Amino acid sequence: MPPAPVPAAAPTETPLLLEAAGVTVTYNNGHTALRDASFRLEGGTICALVGVNGSGKSTLFKALMGFVKPTSGQVAIDHQPVRAAQRRSWVAYVPQAEEVDWSFPVSVHDVVMMGRYGYMNFLRTPRAADREAVAESLQRVGMWEFRDRQIGELSGGQKKRVFVARALAQRGRIILLDEPFTGVDVKTEEAIIALLRELRSEGRLILVSTHNLGSVPEFCDQVVLINRTVLAYGPTAEVFTSANLTRAFGGSLRHFDLAQSTVQDHDGHHITVLTDDERPLVLGKSGHLEYLGRAGREKLISEREENPDAK
Amino acid sequence: MNTWLTPFHYDYMVTALWTCTLIGGVCGLLSGFITLKGWSLMGDALSHAVVPGVALAYLAGLPFALGAFTSGLLAAGAMALVKMKTPVREDAVIGIVFTSFFALGLLLISLFPSRVDLKSIIFGNILGISAGDVLQVVIVSGLCLLVIALKWRDLLLFCFDPNQARTLGLPVGFLHVLLLLLLSATAVAALQAVGAILVIAVLVTPGATAYLLTDRFGVLLLLGAGIGAVTAFVGAYASYFFDGETGGCIVTLQTLVFLTALVFAPKHGLLAGRRSRNRLCLLKGVTSP
Repeated sequence: MPPAPVPAAAPTETPLLLEAAGVTVTYNNGHTALRDASFRLEGGTICALVGVNGSGKSTLFKALMGFVKPTSGQVAIDHQPVRAAQRRSWVAYVPQAEEVDWSFPVSVHDVVMMGRYGYMNFLRTPRAADREAVAESLQRVGMWEFRDRQIGELSGGQKKRVFVARALAQRGRIILLDEPFTGVDVKTEEAIIALLRELRSEGRLILVSTHNLGSVPEFCDQVVLINRTVLAYGPTAEVFTSANLTRAFGGSLRHFDLAQSTVQDHDGHHITVLTDDERPLVLGKSGHLEYLGRAGREKLISEREENPDAK
Repeated sequence: MNTWLTPFHYDYMVTALWTCTLIGGVCGLLSGFITLKGWSLMGDALSHAVVPGVALAYLAGLPFALGAFTSGLLAAGAMALVKMKTPVREDAVIGIVFTSFFALGLLLISLFPSRVDLKSIIFGNILGISAGDVLQVVIVSGLCLLVIALKWRDLLLFCFDPNQARTLGLPVGFLHVLLLLLLSATAVAALQAVGAILVIAVLVTPGATAYLLTDRFGVLLLLGAGIGAVTAFVGAYASYFFDGETGGCIVTLQTLVFLTALVFAPKHGLLAGRRSRNRLCLLKGVTSP
């Protein structure tokens, strides 16, 4: 008898709902990393998780993935506990580069196949559907030619793409990416962002943890701001404001106020900003966002010229 | 009559040869997981921690494997407990627990010297192995082989990326315990072949050697098993002619194989490393130092 077809979660189902309600996580050593964190996100969106180191970002990620059990409160995915979502392979995780043992004797293909375990039988023998999903995912991220490489023999950007391909092969409906742009070249960053946009249009929920503030308004629809709890969440334009960011980052953000600086009028608008972030966050006079490129934002510029003080 | 065939004329030698080969193969197979998971120290600890169990089992007339296994698990449990309840670092915890067990074992053996043979536990006694002990080795090895054959892909994911295993809802805690059980079981079997002190060698060296020779996990496992089995057979065979300790012969041979791989491995060997550096230097137009 032929094996029953593997039921793959169709990516364009009704958008799924991720809810955190009053999540508090206290570790065994008595440290409360997260207190009463609540937010609600729907599929079909790219959401940034923004906060300083030690703000509970990774704890929140762990709670969403079911690695830590909230001391109180709960995480629900489509009104069900995380455990149920795990069993359906709904939650996919793209780890930070430091978390991976790159000298491990596995090939690119092997790693992507690890996204398919949830669809396999007791022995985890890959079937045709699994091989197809792996091939399709590798082609989608442009890594098919590298499928037989040992994972340590790749560049930083290629390594990242392999793990994105694994999340694709898993058919994850919620994809969590931990600092996806660290150690990645600009070309790969743009390719990943383009891919995330495609995944968003398929109804998936993309959650990106990042310290790279400038890139957030460029590609994220929503933001969850956190500092030991959820300070604010919602559309980027509403949440990603100077006031909120100051609350989230406290004194750890450096300000450079042009009005107070030695920059003079005859310098015009020509200022060079150098920063260790690939994309610095630049806010305008009234607190509005300034973007790196003008392309595609001509309307925004003309609106601001007509009404310079509006947000 | 060919002198090279003489060992096969003695029943005890034939038993020793195939038992060693079996044990070497199973330990070599598992060594791939142990080296990649970074559990070498844990393996060393467990192989010493089984000693009091073996002593007690012989004293009580119970199967040695049962005593050894129980003792090993108690040690693993004790380590986990101390690590969880105190801020003492893991290597220190392992150091304290396994030496305590080993000391207790030595004490028990020294109290009843006529009933338990210290030398056979510490150095192994494959040439004098009893039929009952052979049976235990076969059962333990068979179970390990079966478990690895069924679950090696799950164990691979657990070793490589436990977080991914967890997000897919795999029972990570269970896999952890399963690998620990396999480690204890193989340590128990290897005790008979090479003795408590050298168990760790057969549980690490074949895997480390295979690691230098391949970039494929499946190949690594089979290669480790092959190296383990062949070195165990040849080592035991050679020990007949040297009239030396079987364990010593097997482990020395494994070390020689490892050193050969270390120098000559096609990709990860020292020579290959030098070649690729030279090539890089040539490409950049400079001479190698």
